Amino acid sequence: MTLTSSDKDTIVAQATPPGRGGVGVIRVSGPKVPEIAQSLLKQTPAARQVCFSAFYANNDSVIDQGVALLFTAPASFTGEHVLELQGHGGQVVMDLLLKEIIKLGARQARPGEFSERAFLNNKIDLTQAEAIADLIDSSSEQAARNAVKSLQGEFSKRIHDLVEALIMLRMYVEAAIDFPEEEIDFLADSKVGSDLDEVIQRLDRVLVEAHQGAALQEGMNVVMAGLPNAGKSSLLNRLSGKDSAIVTNIPGTTRDVLREHIHIDGMPLHIIDTAGLRDSPDEIEQEGIRRAWSEIKKADRILLVVDASNVKETHPHDIWPDFVDLLEGLGNITVIQNKCDLLNVEPAFIKAEGDQPCPIIRLSAKQGEGIDLLTNHLKDCMGYQAGSEGNFSARRRHLDALERAQTFLETGQRQLQAAQAGELLAEDLRQAQQCLSEITGEFSSDDLLGRIFSSFCIGK
Amino acid sequence: MTVVDYPQSFDVIVVGGGHAGTEAALAAARMGSKTLLLTHNVDTLGQMSCNPAIGGIGKSHLVKEIDALGGAMALATDLAGIQFRTLNSRKGPAVRATRAQTDRALYKAAIRETLENQQNLSIFQQSVDDLIITDNRVTGAVTQMGLRFFAPTVVLATGTFLGGVIHIGLENHSGGRAGDQPSIALAKRLRELPFRVERLKTGTPPRIDARSVDFSVMQEQPGDTPLPIMSFMGSREMHPQQVSCFITHTNEKTHDIIRAGLDRSPMYTGVIDGVGPRYCPSVEDKVHRYADKNSHQIFVEPEGLTTHELYPNGISTSLPFDVQLELVRSIQGFENAHITRPGYAIEYDFFNPQDLKHTLETKFIDGLFFAGQINGTTGYEEAGAQGLLAGLNASLRAQGKEAWHPRRDEAYLGVLVDDLITLGTQEPYRMFTSRAEYRLLLRQDNADLRLTEKARELGLVDDARWARFNEKCEAVASEQQRLAETWVQPGTPEAEQIADKLGSKLAHEYSLMALLKRPELDYSDVKNLKGEGSDDEEVAEQVVTQAKYEGYINRQMDEIERLRRHEMTRLPEDFVYDDIPGLSNEVKQKLNDLRPETLAAASRIPGVTPAAVSLLLIQLKKRDAVLVKTA
Repeated sequence: MTLTSSDKDTIVAQATPPGRGGVGVIRVSGPKVPEIAQSLLKQTPAARQVCFSAFYANNDSVIDQGVALLFTAPASFTGEHVLELQGHGGQVVMDLLLKEIIKLGARQARPGEFSERAFLNNKIDLTQAEAIADLIDSSSEQAARNAVKSLQGEFSKRIHDLVEALIMLRMYVEAAIDFPEEEIDFLADSKVGSDLDEVIQRLDRVLVEAHQGAALQEGMNVVMAGLPNAGKSSLLNRLSGKDSAIVTNIPGTTRDVLREHIHIDGMPLHIIDTAGLRDSPDEIEQEGIRRAWSEIKKADRILLVVDASNVKETHPHDIWPDFVDLLEGLGNITVIQNKCDLLNVEPAFIKAEGDQPCPIIRLSAKQGEGIDLLTNHLKDCMGYQAGSEGNFSARRRHLDALERAQTFLETGQRQLQAAQAGELLAEDLRQAQQCLSEITGEFSSDDLLGRIFSSFCIGK
Repeated sequence: MTVVDYPQSFDVIVVGGGHAGTEAALAAARMGSKTLLLTHNVDTLGQMSCNPAIGGIGKSHLVKEIDALGGAMALATDLAGIQFRTLNSRKGPAVRATRAQTDRALYKAAIRETLENQQNLSIFQQSVDDLIITDNRVTGAVTQMGLRFFAPTVVLATGTFLGGVIHIGLENHSGGRAGDQPSIALAKRLRELPFRVERLKTGTPPRIDARSVDFSVMQEQPGDTPLPIMSFMGSREMHPQQVSCFITHTNEKTHDIIRAGLDRSPMYTGVIDGVGPRYCPSVEDKVHRYADKNSHQIFVEPEGLTTHELYPNGISTSLPFDVQLELVRSIQGFENAHITRPGYAIEYDFFNPQDLKHTLETKFIDGLFFAGQINGTTGYEEAGAQGLLAGLNASLRAQGKEAWHPRRDEAYLGVLVDDLITLGTQEPYRMFTSRAEYRLLLRQDNADLRLTEKARELGLVDDARWARFNEKCEAVASEQQRLAETWVQPGTPEAEQIADKLGSKLAHEYSLMALLKRPELDYSDVKNLKGEGSDDEEVAEQVVTQAKYEGYINRQMDEIERLRRHEMTRLPEDFVYDDIPGLSNEVKQKLNDLRPETLAAASRIPGVTPAAVSLLLIQLKKRDAVLVKTA
């Protein structure tokens, strides 16, 4: 049995954490690497030699310039042809490069796929099998979480509506093909054509919105939680430099979930200030609390803010047991001891160690002391998180799937118009749905037949 | 009862003489295996128990595959078909299908003749009561009178006979088919083996005497011209006299009668718990579930040229006879109808096909194969195709050769078997083209191109078919070459002629092949434009279809190529899924239950994610390396 990777696929992924770092690295692996290099660089770099080059888009415009490194199979990390591009780390540029490479025939790598290929091609020692398995497992879980996260709210609803409309359309087309004697030949009337137009328009709208929303929504979600009057809103204002939360001394002032989008060295962060989580008879406040919990569950990092002048405990369990018991773990908590100025102690960062499971940051939001400790800490967290698949690639994946689906739908439309070819339209619709199922989950041919049987009376 | 051993032993024993059993026995015998066909009644070999028709969407694809593998069904259809139609003729070639109304008697005779003239095949009439199994290996079968036959492989193709119960109204009795005894002893014996047994249900309509029917108020549905042909080796001259079918409809009065009778329906009173097919509901189901539809189509199909019996396709029912008579007589044209046989529902045992390998050999008993309705399918075509696969693999096993089965991208038969084994089935499984993801590749026109070469290698195809197959391949290739190498220059009279059809002038020179690929043009437009094309319909069909579908086919071939690696990667039978780190318990359980044979089969199990497939690959690699080291 040979298990060497004979995959025909060429895969691409950003190898450095997303964000505006100094350098961004993109890695491509697979048989199409030489042609991708030629198109992108307008030259084929000598193997294992540093090559400084412009990175060209299809229309000859220059996307970026930087260093390109070509490794030919099998002398590479994965054992396949590998191209490594080191450019300027800005996310927009990285995104353009990724998109260009995908256009040239690569597909976005699955979590852990580079390591998987390296392993299958005997590039990684056997003893590391478990480690690779762990990586695939944890990063695909992370990716799944991220995918769910980026599918919240309105965007998700639009996608589901779109998929539903596509399923309805497929149902008509497939029923017409498989049951021609049932007086339901939808291909013969104009219904299929007009439904198809509508699906295409829907998809176009979703894509436009997804692109617009993408920039805003990239980044790490940070939730600020804490008992009322711990100073969460002041901290938010300090981080964002704006007066967006009403800061008063009356507990329960923050009734809604407040979001701030800030950038730390170019990496977007969404800071969510939750309403003080306390039992309240006030309906509006209860709604605020419900929303706060939903944000907490999605958070990459939770800042548990305490008023250091009242609360001496440092273990989250001791600080706020009711809150901590509802979390899945303590792994993403940082304890913020606010108001350290009132105790006359210096701001400090204390690592998690021994009995203390979470890092602690001592600061004063009001005086602006220790804020840099917090921003550095958040940056570290981001880097760590970016080691696996972040929000960004989850969204890139969605956009990519939507764009591929769009291409299939348009081809199908041409087939229908030119040749009235129902079976070719059906094939394009199937492919389009396969693309969308990468976002929404599998939909099998049996599921489709089930829909047909429950919608039409079929059967002699 | 005294046990007697039959003096000769066989290579393959086939139990059951329906569509699965006969194709299984014929295939094994064609491959040179000494084969025994055991049937409870030689006179019902090749019997069509349900409607008198072969083919239809997805189904004729299977028939043409059986044909390409040298099977009997297509030729028997050409000899027995009394009305032929091409379905989806206005849609593209991939979804076109052939359907033939068949004369039951002629069909049975054609099958019987094929069986009796097949070398290496013996037929014996006697019910089978038991299998001989030692150490999880089958070695033969025991008949009702205690006669023991020995063979290293046995194919069970018992149809609806296992534990069959026939329902008409609230009355029910044991039966394998109207007028036939079921196999109770064998069913009981099989239930002792470690297979998962479940119940399914199917039904038939009452049959009607044509002399009591007024056809003048029905819509006539004649066959197509030119007459379609089912077999690659068939011809129009083989077809008997052709007749028409008729179409009538149920009405509100019919529906009222049915509703009033539901309290005596075995379906609606809970007497039947087997699951029936969703695509072939009884008329009471249609009326109940689609209450807003006030009329349903009925296809009135002749049962044969020498009988007056009609098969009213669309009113399958298990209502009591008095309700059946009343509902039939409420239908236009049936006002004075005489029912010759009541409709009924039949419940029967089937074995969860997830306990099979892709060769249709059972996972628990070596040498034992299941084919047809016993695996939860419905339809003659589905049964015949499985029979052929089981028969050929039983033969390969008896001969000590490597097993073979088609992949999903090679045949509808591959889709059928893979669906059954990977997903199991909750209702009688029927083929539809939408089940085949590579539908554009799996056409009825290229079944021979997909399968005949392999069939020849297996010994399933005789010299005559092989010679004709090669002739066709050469003719297609030479015409394709001619079209690709013949050029049309702009400004020439040929170019003008084409420009008229295209609605625009040719900008540069085009090959005839490039022109043929244009959606506006057909073969007749380019055929004799320069030089002379082929007059052979089959050649023309192949050339056109391949040209028109080229882009889509290339895309599908790419997809297949990508998945090929996983198809080739076998999962060892002793693979311990519980030990694989990172697999979720749900995935572990599914893999343990199904024990897929290849990584590709594993990836098709619902819930098995790409990440899980990666984890399996890594574990396999690790195991592989450990084995090499310790070897």
